[in-house]
Amino acid sequence: MEGNGALAEQFDDLAQQHEAASLGMWVFLVTEILFFGGLFAGYTVYRAAYSEAFREASHHLDLLLGSINTAVLITSSLTMALAVHNAQEGRRRALVVFLLLTMIVGAVFLGIKVTEYTHKYEQDLVPGIRFAYGGPHPGQVQLFLIFYFIMTSLHALHLTIGIGLLGVLAFLAWRGHFSADYYAPVETSGLYWHFIDIVWIFLFPLLYLIGTH
Amino acid sequence: MRSSLPLFPEQASTFAERVDALYYYLLSVSGFFVLLIFALIFYFAVKYRRRSEGEQTPPILGSIPLEVAWIVIPFILVMIMFVWGASLYFTAFSPPANAMEIFVIGKQWMWKVQHPEGRREIDELHVPVGYPVKLTITSQDVIHSFYIPAFRIKMDAVPGRYTSIWFEASKTGTFHLFCAEYCGTAHAGMGGRVVVMKPSEYEQWLRTGAPEESLVAAGGRLFQQLGCSGCHSQNSIARAPLLDGVYGKPVPLQSGQVVLADESYIRDSILLPQKDVVAGYAPVMPSFQGRISEEELMQIIAYIRFLGEEGPEPRKTTR
Amino acid sequence: MSPTIAIPREHYLNVSYGVKSWLFTTDHKRIALLYLTTITLLFFVGGAAAVLMRLELMTPQGDLVQSETYNKLFTIHGVIMIFFFLIPSIPAVLGNFLIPIMIGARDLAFPRLNLASWYLFTLGSIFAIVVSVMGGVDTGWTFYTPYSSTYTNSYVVPTIVGIFVAGFSTILTGLNFIVTIHTMRAPGLTWFRLPLFVWAHYATSMIIILGTPVIAITLSLVALERLFGVGIFDPALGGDPILFQHLFWFYSHPAVYIMVLPAMGVVSELITAFSRKRIFGYSFMAFSLIAIAVIGFFVWGHHMFVSGQSVYASMIFSFLSMVVAIPSAVKVFNWTATLYKGSVSYQSPMLYALGFIGLFTIGGLTGLFLASLGIDIHVTDTYFVIAHFHYIMVGGSVMGYLGGIHYWFPKITGRMYPEGWAKFSALIIFAGFNLTFFPQFLLGYLGMPRRYHFYPEEFQVLNVMSSAGASILGLGYVVPLIYLIWAMRYAAPAGPNPWGATGLEWQTSSPPPTHNFEETPVVTQEVYAYGMPEEDLKDGR
Repeated sequence: MEGNGALAEQFDDLAQQHEAASLGMWVFLVTEILFFGGLFAGYTVYRAAYSEAFREASHHLDLLLGSINTAVLITSSLTMALAVHNAQEGRRRALVVFLLLTMIVGAVFLGIKVTEYTHKYEQDLVPGIRFAYGGPHPGQVQLFLIFYFIMTSLHALHLTIGIGLLGVLAFLAWRGHFSADYYAPVETSGLYWHFIDIVWIFLFPLLYLIGTH
Repeated sequence: MRSSLPLFPEQASTFAERVDALYYYLLSVSGFFVLLIFALIFYFAVKYRRRSEGEQTPPILGSIPLEVAWIVIPFILVMIMFVWGASLYFTAFSPPANAMEIFVIGKQWMWKVQHPEGRREIDELHVPVGYPVKLTITSQDVIHSFYIPAFRIKMDAVPGRYTSIWFEASKTGTFHLFCAEYCGTAHAGMGGRVVVMKPSEYEQWLRTGAPEESLVAAGGRLFQQLGCSGCHSQNSIARAPLLDGVYGKPVPLQSGQVVLADESYIRDSILLPQKDVVAGYAPVMPSFQGRISEEELMQIIAYIRFLGEEGPEPRKTTR
Repeated sequence: MSPTIAIPREHYLNVSYGVKSWLFTTDHKRIALLYLTTITLLFFVGGAAAVLMRLELMTPQGDLVQSETYNKLFTIHGVIMIFFFLIPSIPAVLGNFLIPIMIGARDLAFPRLNLASWYLFTLGSIFAIVVSVMGGVDTGWTFYTPYSSTYTNSYVVPTIVGIFVAGFSTILTGLNFIVTIHTMRAPGLTWFRLPLFVWAHYATSMIIILGTPVIAITLSLVALERLFGVGIFDPALGGDPILFQHLFWFYSHPAVYIMVLPAMGVVSELITAFSRKRIFGYSFMAFSLIAIAVIGFFVWGHHMFVSGQSVYASMIFSFLSMVVAIPSAVKVFNWTATLYKGSVSYQSPMLYALGFIGLFTIGGLTGLFLASLGIDIHVTDTYFVIAHFHYIMVGGSVMGYLGGIHYWFPKITGRMYPEGWAKFSALIIFAGFNLTFFPQFLLGYLGMPRRYHFYPEEFQVLNVMSSAGASILGLGYVVPLIYLIWAMRYAAPAGPNPWGATGLEWQTSSPPPTHNFEETPVVTQEVYAYGMPEEDLKDGR
């Protein structure tokens, strides 16, 4: 048996195992799309009903930090893609480096997010925890912010789990667990990471860019 | 009065007969297919019972003509159900123009009914026989549902919006009123009676009891007290749309859409004024959320409805 | 003269002993039995709630329990029966056990994930049971806002956590099935040679993957609203309680197909085995499963015809709800046609299958009443709906489940259950079921609303009939519990194929070895190859 004895006994060969792992991750990502989808659906309904209030509320988000974060996350997808590429080539050291880089860049994203959340707390714009808004239609501004916090924190949670996952992979890669014949976990984690990026690509304009041109 | 084992409800509205007719159609179709399937299964299971262990069965794969038949025929049958049912539903949502409007507010755990002439009831609804009645319904707290089985009508009472349904009672008598959407502890007790009376008796009933302000009069009073007339009048400095004759007419909005000025529109304009701003006006109206009760909202709506109409009285219920 | 039937020397049950060998197993067959244990327990907890409810409803007054208690009983009955019994039942027990064997594989694609699914399910059910003990939840299994988000004082959040966790368990099972069926079929096993049981689980898994995440996020939003006071569905902020209903039913309607499609898969296996005849219209049967799954995603608004939803939306939903009935009708006709010129025997699995067809037909047809807008105004939220869905869920799915348990019992345990007691139970269940639920159609049209702790006098006679039926039905469920447990240890060995049925599962021993087959089977013909001449055996079209 080729590879590192990495063939699980229910599979006939590594190719079947790889196919199963990939398909499994795609199916899981579909469930994630539907999971976030419920939030997007609710957001869309309210935005259509209260477009004025939502535009107003969006202006209270930090566009600069949000834009930086978008660039940060896209960069992390680049480093992740490079990690997968190096895994396919069997280049162990480069794989570890790029996994660690991706984790670091991901952590930068989270750091910026924490900064944004802190600012919101100081501005009394955290519904349910500290909220006081003197402007017009506070109810709907609050609705917008509820969606903002739930959607971005759910996204951040997924990102955090992704960082943890990459940490495990980096450790395994360092120990020589992967090779040009067996790298499916890296590839499927890459799929997950790109998915997190894509969710942000949708979140960013919907939340931060209402009414800007 | 009723037997101790009723198997079919009374018909007490013009709608009920029509619903029951569709019901009979469905019963017939269903009954036919249930009997057919049961009979076929029984027949085949007996006729083709296994007589010996080794017996072979013929290799029947299927039959396209049969499949087509038992797709097309049921499809036609259910399309009849759809069209018939949809037309009934559309009727239930299309009150005649001369329907008298009664307001209903549900709250845990009672129904508050408000007649336009002023009379109020709790857990009871008095109506005249033979006249179309439109119910405008909302809730003060959780979702309830206003259900009169004998009329075959039901409509949810939803907090934050109005729903409506109409009926025309076809016989006098007393009928059940139920809450049909689970709403907490005393959901089962949130019921009462619908009392259908002869028109003359209804008129008399309206006049008995402590004299109440009509909805329109109460609404007019509120319109002044809450300051609405401060902006929504000819001489106002603030630019606000005049409301004479606005009810039931299309209103062009800032967003380019055109909406119908019905009860929901008026209610939203008062509670969420930024939601549908009229074209050509600035979004400066303050919200009255928290400063006005459901009953008061209904009074203002009744008032606005009759602004600009001929005659000071709400429409008559009897000739 | 056949050789003496004996239990094989080594098989998946005796290959290792001890609690750890079960709690850390990755064998799909053992995991199926772990599920069987927890699900059976949950069934009887949910059933106990129903017993108390039917006892209360024997009299018009609310004199057995308080209103608040009654409301908690119907809530926990619904939550447990739907999320913790019906949805997992056939897939997690029979699906887990049989799908790898039916496709000639050694296990599912992700065996450890499968074990994790069971742990998640058990964790979720612990939440449900703890909530019941601590004081219960009284929102109804539908959790309509704003009652559930703002007004109730009961244990909503822990219940939601339990449902969320169990839902995640189901998602992982669905994922496992999809990947397994796609990538691990034995050589020669093309899609149209698959048993309809496998097709049914594939279609079910599609629904699970697409639908379950939506209920997960929706209920999470309710939980967040309760925990943080953030009024997403609160009209005071401009929130919309109807939005909750749309999101809720977007999952919960397809969920009912999660509950019935696997049973339909079982019934196809039973009808063919006990008529010893090929299924009539194989490809129509396969495609109708997919059609139900797909169309089933577009009908959710039929739960909301009187919610204040737009008239035009309601019409679209009504139309599609009529359309979704057609593939189900196709199935009923094809099952019936399969009996034609068959070699029909009446062992208890077949009794359950025939019972399914009859009761599902009634249940499905009454769905048309509900889909008809004009009638639904009258009967929605009444006992008519309760009767409708119990005909399908209990008269349909539970009978399918029991039929499958009996049919594959010899494969799972190596022994044959006592047929006399099984027939007795099947008949008791059929009779008890109809007496319980048929009167409820009448009650519904008369106008008795659902979720009522007490009711007007004139509804009493029908309620008493229903409660009497429930006692018979309850007995019918307890008897199999006893004889099946007895038979697991003490009944006579069954042999590899006691029914003389086709299908890969009957080509291996009873019980099977841990890796299911001594060597990987190669498939050269369609699965229902009864009495088929060579040239027609190529595939199942």
